[in-house]
Amino acid sequence: MSVYLDHAATTPMVDVAIETLTLQLRKLGNPSSLHTPGRAVRKDIESAREVIANAVGSLASEVIFTASGTEANNIALKGLYWRGKAAGRNLVVISAIEHHAILDPAQWLHDHEGAEVATIGVDNNGVINLAELADLITRRGDEIAVISIMAANNETGVVQPIAEVVKLAQENSIPVHCDAVQSFGKVQFSFTDLQLTALSLSAHKIGGPLGIGLLILRRGLDMPALLHGGGQEREIRSGTLNAPSILAFAAAVTESIRTFEEQNTQMAQLRENFARGILERIPDAYINGVLAERLPGIINVTFPGTESDTLLLLLDARGIAASTGSACSAGVQRPSHVLLAMGHSDLTARSSIRFSLGRTTTLGDIEKALEVLPSVIERARVANLR
Amino acid sequence: MKLIAAMSGGVDSAVAAARAVQAGHEVIGVHLALSSNPQKYRSGARGCCTIEDSHDARRAADVIGIPFYIWDMAEEFHEEVVENFMAEYAAGRTPNPCLRCNEKIKFAAVLDRARAMEFDGVVTGHYAITKEGPMGKTLHRAIDESKDQSYVLSVLKVEQIAGAIFPLGDTRKVDVRKEAKARGLYVANKPDSHDICFVPSGDNASWLHDRLGSEVGPILDQSGAIVGQHKGAYTYTIGQRKGLGLSVPTIDGSPRFVLEVNPQTNTVVVGPRAELAVTKMLGENPIWCGPSVGVAPTRGFVQIRAHGKALPCTYYFDGEKLNAELDDPLLGLATGQAMAIYEADRVVGSATICETLS
Repeated sequence: MSVYLDHAATTPMVDVAIETLTLQLRKLGNPSSLHTPGRAVRKDIESAREVIANAVGSLASEVIFTASGTEANNIALKGLYWRGKAAGRNLVVISAIEHHAILDPAQWLHDHEGAEVATIGVDNNGVINLAELADLITRRGDEIAVISIMAANNETGVVQPIAEVVKLAQENSIPVHCDAVQSFGKVQFSFTDLQLTALSLSAHKIGGPLGIGLLILRRGLDMPALLHGGGQEREIRSGTLNAPSILAFAAAVTESIRTFEEQNTQMAQLRENFARGILERIPDAYINGVLAERLPGIINVTFPGTESDTLLLLLDARGIAASTGSACSAGVQRPSHVLLAMGHSDLTARSSIRFSLGRTTTLGDIEKALEVLPSVIERARVANLR
Repeated sequence: MKLIAAMSGGVDSAVAAARAVQAGHEVIGVHLALSSNPQKYRSGARGCCTIEDSHDARRAADVIGIPFYIWDMAEEFHEEVVENFMAEYAAGRTPNPCLRCNEKIKFAAVLDRARAMEFDGVVTGHYAITKEGPMGKTLHRAIDESKDQSYVLSVLKVEQIAGAIFPLGDTRKVDVRKEAKARGLYVANKPDSHDICFVPSGDNASWLHDRLGSEVGPILDQSGAIVGQHKGAYTYTIGQRKGLGLSVPTIDGSPRFVLEVNPQTNTVVVGPRAELAVTKMLGENPIWCGPSVGVAPTRGFVQIRAHGKALPCTYYFDGEKLNAELDDPLLGLATGQAMAIYEADRVVGSATICETLS
């Protein structure tokens, strides 16, 4: 029996989402069509949109469906940058620990559109440096086109002070985008209360299907689009709407809200057991971001003297699925930029691995992982060449 | 056995891995990332560090049905192979980086790591044969002479050969391609790689030129007269005839060849073909692929290029250098090349040529 501890990568679909998806796949109709079948599908989509809007505290009209969280991030960062640039603002502000779906579009804006990119650092616990952001805004607030900070980090689970970021940005009317892909379903929030400009989500992180995400974009805000065509989704995201996935997304959201307390309490409890078990067995291991507020399911551990790709192979061979930071396009493990930003050396960043729990994780899974860990760590230390 | 299959993304290593699985071994596929800055696509038949190659290796592992991982060996590869390649050229020698990679990476760093992780050995798609016999596990030529790679493996010590598995040595390349096709491996028709993988252009001279600079200097004849100008001494190889651009012709119009490359004085010396003749070579840092060679002169063969001829010779080890006296003179032998000694088809050992005598 394999133990899946990589729920932050993707998590099993909930039954109700699978049922909704398969049922809808048999229904005919393009939601943009004006005839009866088209209108029927459109009605279903709009109901789903309202369900999701309610869940995230936005207006239904603020929900823009996309094909992924990555797409939502690209639309937001590029669109808000171009909007700002037209008003003479050329500075893009991100944090050093953003997902590649923000880091890379920011780099692209720099390379191809002449944007200046400012990167806000984090402390040793992985929390962004608000003083640094405040200072930047004080000095250059009227140059900033967009600030994009994630709600919680995908590698460490460390929750970021988004409300404070928005407060700082508001004085200079700077739009704030938040990548909430990883925190969705784990931390409750309201788009309207937070007074965000834009926010990205993805369905498959909460038990919905792959290939569907969304951007919440503040009502009335107009900005250039990436995709042009049929003019769907406020002309921000053209393309025929993916009705089955949208409906399944909404079903997963409903299920996530229904089970929120129970799931997160259980996950947090299991994670604490796991953390304690790791530190008992591997006393020199340490948990990254341990002093910060973290998402309940993620635990990022450094095992000194090991290499993460060796750990991954040995764990995999024993039926444990975990994950390291990101790999380059050729599949080579790279030291995590998140851990490097937190003050890790290349060496210790390469000795780190992420376990992430989900609603299907059991105490048995944790026990199995703890059982194999000592021998895996020992073997990985012998195999370490560096 | 538990084995690591080193999968380059080419047809040979894919079939080798498949055969190891079929033989009943527990196999895990590993692609070695050797470049920290991989190119996106192969251009022609070169390069082993491309994204396309890592994809092809992964795909082959999936079809064979084995786990697959990528090991980052870029740092080790750069230090042990690329830097050595540059240093050797800068010193006026002609190294073969493929031997170095086998010696220091594939059957050292990779094998060590595999053994530490409780694997028994490394499977590769090299065309060579190992045999168990009274001398232990020994290394031999493949049956496909045109593909035989025993020369580039002649740097493996006994304990490295012990952990090496070469499933393709008994098969001809054409049949390996047919087998790949029959096994449903997409790489069945992928072109062979011939060049040095970290020189994607295939142009060693300009690659070295970019890294070592290009101080022009004189090309001299044997009397010391200047007969032309070179574009960086290290871009020339002993025996080279083409591309010299000599401005002073010989009296009888006979061609001239590079006889000496001297980066210290930044000079290249040219002369007639006959001057290239070598009858004896000495090699340093010998490696024995089986029992060590002694002082007693022994009849055998020496090979000095990957697909060169086996030259009849008498060889012995004087305690410091490996000596090979050729039956027939050889033209154009550069120091830095490896001399591999064979006893019939068995690889006895090898050394790096440090001196040649005519």
